Amino acid sequence: MKLAKALFAAAAAVGLSTAASAGTLDDVRGKGFVQCGVSQGLPGFSNPDTAGNWTGLDVDVCRGVAAALFGDASKVKYTPLSAKERFTALQSGEVDVLSRNTTWTLVRDTSLGLDFVGVNYYDGQGFMVRSDLGVKSAKELGGATVCVNIGTTTELNMADYFRANGMDYKPVVFEKADEVVAAYDAGRCDVYTTDASGLAAQRIKLKDPNAHVILPEIISKEPLGPVVRHGDNKWGDVVRWTLYAMVEAEELGVNSGNVDDMKSSANPNVKRLLGIEGEMGKNLDLPNEWAYNVIKQVGNYGESFDRNVGPNTALKLERGLNALWKDGGLQYSMPVR
Amino acid sequence: MADTTQDYTPGSHPDLPPPSSEVGVIGWLRHNLFATPLDWALTILAVYLIYVLVVPALDWMLFSADWAGETRDDCSREGACWVFARVWSKVFIYGRYPVEELWRVNLTFIIQFVGLAALMIPGVPYKKWTGIFLLIPYPIIAFFLLYGGAFGLEPVETSLWGGLMVTLVIAEVGIVASLPIGIVLALGRRSKMPIIRAICVAFIELWRGVPLITVLFMASVMFPLFMPEGVNFDKLLRALIGVAMFSAAYMAEVVRGGLQAIPKGQYEAAQALGLSYPKVMTFIVLPQALKLVIPGIVNTFIGLFKDTTLVLIIGLFDLLGVVQLAATNPDWLGFAVEGYVVAAVGFWIFCFAMSRYSMYMERKLETGHKR
Repeated sequence: MKLAKALFAAAAAVGLSTAASAGTLDDVRGKGFVQCGVSQGLPGFSNPDTAGNWTGLDVDVCRGVAAALFGDASKVKYTPLSAKERFTALQSGEVDVLSRNTTWTLVRDTSLGLDFVGVNYYDGQGFMVRSDLGVKSAKELGGATVCVNIGTTTELNMADYFRANGMDYKPVVFEKADEVVAAYDAGRCDVYTTDASGLAAQRIKLKDPNAHVILPEIISKEPLGPVVRHGDNKWGDVVRWTLYAMVEAEELGVNSGNVDDMKSSANPNVKRLLGIEGEMGKNLDLPNEWAYNVIKQVGNYGESFDRNVGPNTALKLERGLNALWKDGGLQYSMPVR
Repeated sequence: MADTTQDYTPGSHPDLPPPSSEVGVIGWLRHNLFATPLDWALTILAVYLIYVLVVPALDWMLFSADWAGETRDDCSREGACWVFARVWSKVFIYGRYPVEELWRVNLTFIIQFVGLAALMIPGVPYKKWTGIFLLIPYPIIAFFLLYGGAFGLEPVETSLWGGLMVTLVIAEVGIVASLPIGIVLALGRRSKMPIIRAICVAFIELWRGVPLITVLFMASVMFPLFMPEGVNFDKLLRALIGVAMFSAAYMAEVVRGGLQAIPKGQYEAAQALGLSYPKVMTFIVLPQALKLVIPGIVNTFIGLFKDTTLVLIIGLFDLLGVVQLAATNPDWLGFAVEGYVVAAVGFWIFCFAMSRYSMYMERKLETGHKR
C-alpha cells in the first residue's frame, strides 16, 4: 500500500511537471478533436449504444466542449478508463479531459496535479429496500442486514451513518456490484446501499423492480464532475464554462429546439450567452457563438439530463439535487457576462 | 419329456441367442449403469443431477428463451433474452469499428480463414506457399486493412476496435510472435555462451515472474509517465507487445522441455555428420523437440487466448469486455448473464478447435515414440 502511494505520488509529480508546460487548448485545437476519458460503461453517464456511439451525461460534457471549440460536437475521441488508471491517463496527457463520474474531494484536487472544474451531477449514497418491509426512512433500519461493496467509501459512509444514529447493522460484503445485486435480489440482506444513481441503475436488474423502494435519505456527498490538469487554466476555463453554459441555457429557457428563435430574444442575458452581444467567446479564446453551438448540438443541462438519466429513461432518476437552484436544486451557473 | 428336450448328437447343438438380460439396451444398462449397488446409487444420483441442473438450464437457454424482437420489452424474462445478443451482435464482433468499413475486417478474417483452411486440410496443394503467405505478406495486408492509412483506406484508430476482433488480433499476434521468440529464447538458455545465456535466463525469469495483469498495467499506466510529453504509443500496440513478450517467456520454457527430451546421441550424430549448429537445430533437433511438446505449446496458446480478456483492465474491449459494456447500457440492464453465456460459447469454440487440431497434429506426426 505504501509502495502504491509512493508510486502514485511519483506519478502525480510527473503529471505536475508535464502539465506545467502544456497548453491543452492549443494542442486540442491543433489536433482537431477532444480526447475524452470516460468510464468503462456506467449506465446513463457514459456507455455506448448498439451502434457503438458513446452516450451519457458525462459524454455530453465532452461533446459540449467539442461543440464550443470546433462547432462540431462529434469531434471527440473516447478513451475508456478504469477507476485505477483514470488519473494517470489525465496526468500523462493521454486524455485532455476526464469526464468519468469522478467524485470531487480535497485530496484528489490537491495531491494529484488535477483540477476539478465543476459538478455535472450531485450524487450521494442512498438505500434501497423491499417495499413490503414497510420501511419509510433510513432511520428505521436498525438491526438490518446490508449488502454492500467491499473496500469502497460506500462501506465507510454506511458505518459512519449507522454509528451516528446509534443503530446496529450486519454488513454482507461482496467484491463486485453484480454480486451485491444478486445477493440482495436473492433475499440475503434487507438493504442494498450504493450511490443513488447506481441504485436506480441496479434496480432495473432486479427480478421485480417495482417491489423495491429507494429511501429518501442521502447519507453522503458525491459531487461528480469533469477534471483537467492542474495549471492548465485556459483549458479548464473552456470546460468549466461549457458546463455553465448548459446550465445557464436551461435557466434562461434556451434549448436545442428554440435556440435559433432565441437569437432574436430581447433578454440581454440570452443575447450575451448566444454571442449576439458582448465578446464572451473572445475572453475564452473561443468563437463567439460557442454557447450557441453547445446548446444547438448537445442541448442545455436539463435536456442532457432528461435524455440520459431522467424520468423517461430506463434509469428514471429525479432531478433532486440536480435541479436548477431556482427549483430548489444545486445546479447554479455563474453569470455569463 | 420328448416335447421339452430334443436330442442332439454332441457338438451339433445350434448356438442359442444370449440371454436377453445380457444384450441390447437392457444388457448395456446392466453392465454399465446398474452392475453393483454402488453403480445403482451413482446412476440415480446422476439422473437426479441432470434433472436438477441440465433441465432448467436447457429450459432457460432454449425453451423459455425469447428470440424475436428489438427491445427489452420483447423479453418475458422467464428465460434467456437472446434479443440482447442479437441487437448487440455487431458490437460483440467488431466493437465500435465504423459500419461502412466493416468489410475490411471481414475481408481480413476471410483471407485468414481460407489460408488457414488450405494449410490445415490435408490434400490441398501449395502448403509451403500458403504458409509463407500467411507468415509474411498477410500480417502486413491485415495491418493495412484493419488500421488503414494507406491505399486510400480511411485510418481506423485502435480505440474503435473491439469485441471478438480485438480478441483474435491479440491472440494471433501473441501466438505468431511467441513461438519464434520462445524458440530463440529456449536455444539461448541452453547456449554455451554465458552472456547470451544470462540474457535469456533474465528475460524469461523476469517475464515469467510477474502476472500478465501487472505487465498490462505497467504498459498502460506507468509507461506513459516515463515517455516525454506528447509521445503516445498506441494502447493496443503496448498491450500486444506485453502479451507477446509474456507468452514468449512461457513458450521458451515449453520448448526447452522438448529440447531436453532429445537424447544426446541425436546431437552428437548430427555433429558427426558435419552439420553446423543451425542445421543440427533446424533439421534434427527442433523438429523432434517441437513435435514432443505440441500439447504444451497448444496449452500455452489456449492460455494466451483466454488471457486476452485481461486487456479489459487497461480499457481495451475484447469479446468479454464489450459484453460487459453492453450490459451497462441503460436500455439493456440486467442481461449480463446472457452476455456471459455468449462470451463463454465464443471462447469455447476457439479453444476447443485449437485443442482438436493439436490432437490431430499429434496423430499425424506420430512416429512410434508414443508410450
